[in-house]
Amino acid sequence: MQIRLYRNCQVEQEGEVWFALVKFVSARNKDESNQRLCRTNRTNNTMGATASKLPKDQLSEYQELTFLTKQEILLAHKRFNELLEREDRQQIGGSRVPMNKILTLPELKSNPFRRRICQVFSTSDLRDGSLSFEDFLDLLSAFSDSATLEIKSHYAFRIFDFDDDGTLDTGDLEKLVNCLTGEMDNTRLTSEEMKQLINNILEESDIDKDGTVNLSEFQHVISRSPDFVSSFKIVL
Amino acid sequence: MACIVNNGLELHSEHSEDSETSSDTDDDFETVEMHVMDNNKTELTSAFTRNKWSAATQKVLSSMPSRSVGWSAAVLSQRDHSSVRDSSQVPGTSNRDYDMESHEGLIHEVPRMRHLLRTLQTLPLDECVRKLRMMPMSLTEKSELRALLCRERKGQILSVETSRNSHFQVRLRKSLRGARQGVHSLLTSVQLWHGTLKKVSGRFGTGALSYFLFLRTLLLYNIFLSLIINVFLVLPEVIHHPHHSANKKIFMGLNIFTGTGILTDSSMFYGYYNYTEENNCSSGNKTKPYNSYNIRLAYLLTIGTGLFATCIMLVYSVFRTLGGSFHMYKSHGNLALKVFSCWDFKLSKMTSVRMQSENLCTQLKEMLYELHSGNPKGKLKTRLIWMALCFTAWGISLTCIFCCVLTVYVFSEDRENVSNIGSDENLLALPLLVCGLNHLMPSVFNMVAWMESYDSLSLCIYVSIIRNLFLKVSTLAVLCYRWMGSTATPKNGTKLECWETFVGQDLYRFLLMDLIFGVLHTIFGDFLWRVFTQGVLRRKRKPAFDIARNVLELIYGQTLAWFGVLFSPLLPTFQIVKLILLFYLKRASLMMNCQAPRKAWRATQMTTLFISLLCFPSFLGAAAGITYTMWRLEPSSTCGPFRMLSSMFQAGREWRCLTTFNPSLTWLSWAYTVLENPLFLFTIAGVFLLEMVREE
Repeated sequence: MQIRLYRNCQVEQEGEVWFALVKFVSARNKDESNQRLCRTNRTNNTMGATASKLPKDQLSEYQELTFLTKQEILLAHKRFNELLEREDRQQIGGSRVPMNKILTLPELKSNPFRRRICQVFSTSDLRDGSLSFEDFLDLLSAFSDSATLEIKSHYAFRIFDFDDDGTLDTGDLEKLVNCLTGEMDNTRLTSEEMKQLINNILEESDIDKDGTVNLSEFQHVISRSPDFVSSFKIVL
Repeated sequence: MACIVNNGLELHSEHSEDSETSSDTDDDFETVEMHVMDNNKTELTSAFTRNKWSAATQKVLSSMPSRSVGWSAAVLSQRDHSSVRDSSQVPGTSNRDYDMESHEGLIHEVPRMRHLLRTLQTLPLDECVRKLRMMPMSLTEKSELRALLCRERKGQILSVETSRNSHFQVRLRKSLRGARQGVHSLLTSVQLWHGTLKKVSGRFGTGALSYFLFLRTLLLYNIFLSLIINVFLVLPEVIHHPHHSANKKIFMGLNIFTGTGILTDSSMFYGYYNYTEENNCSSGNKTKPYNSYNIRLAYLLTIGTGLFATCIMLVYSVFRTLGGSFHMYKSHGNLALKVFSCWDFKLSKMTSVRMQSENLCTQLKEMLYELHSGNPKGKLKTRLIWMALCFTAWGISLTCIFCCVLTVYVFSEDRENVSNIGSDENLLALPLLVCGLNHLMPSVFNMVAWMESYDSLSLCIYVSIIRNLFLKVSTLAVLCYRWMGSTATPKNGTKLECWETFVGQDLYRFLLMDLIFGVLHTIFGDFLWRVFTQGVLRRKRKPAFDIARNVLELIYGQTLAWFGVLFSPLLPTFQIVKLILLFYLKRASLMMNCQAPRKAWRATQMTTLFISLLCFPSFLGAAAGITYTMWRLEPSSTCGPFRMLSSMFQAGREWRCLTTFNPSLTWLSWAYTVLENPLFLFTIAGVFLLEMVREE
């Protein structure tokens, strides 16, 4: 259904094209990628890689394709191993850690966006937020010290897009503000204040006046903040 | 259209808007607005109205700075001069053959994607991989794409003709990048205090973390400097010329504080580094092998090299941090910015997270209230009162600073005459006074700042930093005048036997007093203040960690250390010990006495400010002082390696001796004559820095 929708519309904004393509392609390629992972995993096992070690060529490939340093990748490998069930530790490449286990990590435990983070980085077919090791590396890479502003703002946009439709509309913004201000009663904004706040946000950031904030407008707002890069960081 | 184009970020300005498209776009925008105003059909029609935009509108929209700043810059490097730059790019995805038919229709609608893939294929593999890294695809897809590109590359014969120049440039860039990555990986593998810093940032956020990171940076600079000096200067002197002082002095406890007594002739100070006749260039006949270590040259060169390398590293870090924080901060229109970018993801402790949520809620409510209730400061009377208060506060601060400086000047004048200095304890009086003032005045400035209520927190912090900086710079200036003026070349009274050692001891005393006062202030000041606010004033919140004040104290101490390295070569080592002690003390104090601040600390801008303060007044001032001392002041004639010279720089001529005695070192003298020209040095350093910055 999504495919048909995007084929009919002339989607000319680059963020949306990208968004549509990635979702489409990744939806198509999930099973293939899983099969491939299993294939590489089997070759790894036949090559004699032990359970707790990352093969060198894979390590260098991860180093090239992510923003993580070698030590960070090895530490991520170790921490991911600890999260896996004992029987899954033999094939770290193909196993997925369920979301509730990922959320036990101390770095994510108290983060109000923890569920969205898991869902955004997860490439699982079931859309249950479970992460494979490569998804976990993706997460750490986006939140690392050396990731660029473009990458960070891109993933921030996806995290804030609670309904995954490619834009931040009123519902998304309301959920975002509620996440930020916390769950306690005394820290919530009243509905009147929420309406005012959302109107102000849209006024400031919605350039094409369509009632939503798309990726480019979001990146435009974020580029004015020099502190975003330093605050959008998680380190293991 | 004007309101949209009016941004400060015109990165790609090569698109001229054709006059004929403007009328089309105006119509399109009018259509959008009409629909949006109709509340009943907002959602439905807005989605479809966008699709009626013409190709011209698309082209104009795609050239908007907000669009071009993202992907064109990230995906395709501007240096490549590719023709794809004119349209917004879409990051590609794997296009295996068996998938092509299934989504071919979609790919045909986005011909740019194929163009991107084709462009990726023409680039060298490592450039490809670099660009892949910056695309927001999942890791699985990236490795597929990379494997595909690798496979295709193996089958193809690259017939790319590259001229010799670009080949050389590519190689140079590659080697520079490799060197930079090697250094970066080396530095990150030495993760000093990683666990502690993570705990601090998890509880207190990015602000307090920036103080500890700054401390760690200073520690690394000092380790580097002391390594060079210890290996090339102190160790050879200690090994080759172990001294026994003529009159054996008894070690007294007070000597640690004053640096006098037995420590005077130790390797800590300038006077230890003796210069014997056999090192003299003109002495001896040419057949005698020149195998002794020329301590004069070593002294000059190690300090010069160490300081020069520190300068390069400082300027490089200033450039790096400056790039990220060049943003014009608007005073209003920041609600969206606040909501989107102010959440600190590093916080991991539940109480801190809750506190951040509370603070954010309060700030949002305040900002909303200010926006919707008109501007209360608009009244003339309130503004006049506010300005009067500001003037009073500034007047009080400047008067205080002037009084402090005058006190220091008068007090140090008493010490001009050597015979006035009685026992050793009196030597501690001036450092005590200066450090006492340095620690007392910031509290006075804080009290004065209560009077003024600034609109923004950052303005408040900047004002406090400026005042503290004024105070420290003026006291340091007076002290330098004393040291370089009266102590080195006294107008009346007897000249000190070894004035460099005296100045070195003075600086050592200052640093030690700074450390003692810092420790006492942390233990008694922070701890007692917390007990006072919670017990007596019954406030619920603990006090916040005063980042600006602590960082300025660090910068002050480092200035003293850099200035004193000429007179006391072991001072960087002492500074290392002091910084390690301060780290653990401040961390303990932070955990016990403080809590996360109420308002967000603008970490990037503050880090830039602190590094710039470290580079510009601090390091440059110290280097200027050292240069003046070496160039103009006459070294004392009875002690030290530079006696019998009219200035320390003249020792540089000893290079020529090395070559006459050791013919294999002729290249050194050639190098020296080249390096003697400072223009050459700066040109090389500038080219190197530019290349590094461009790589960023």
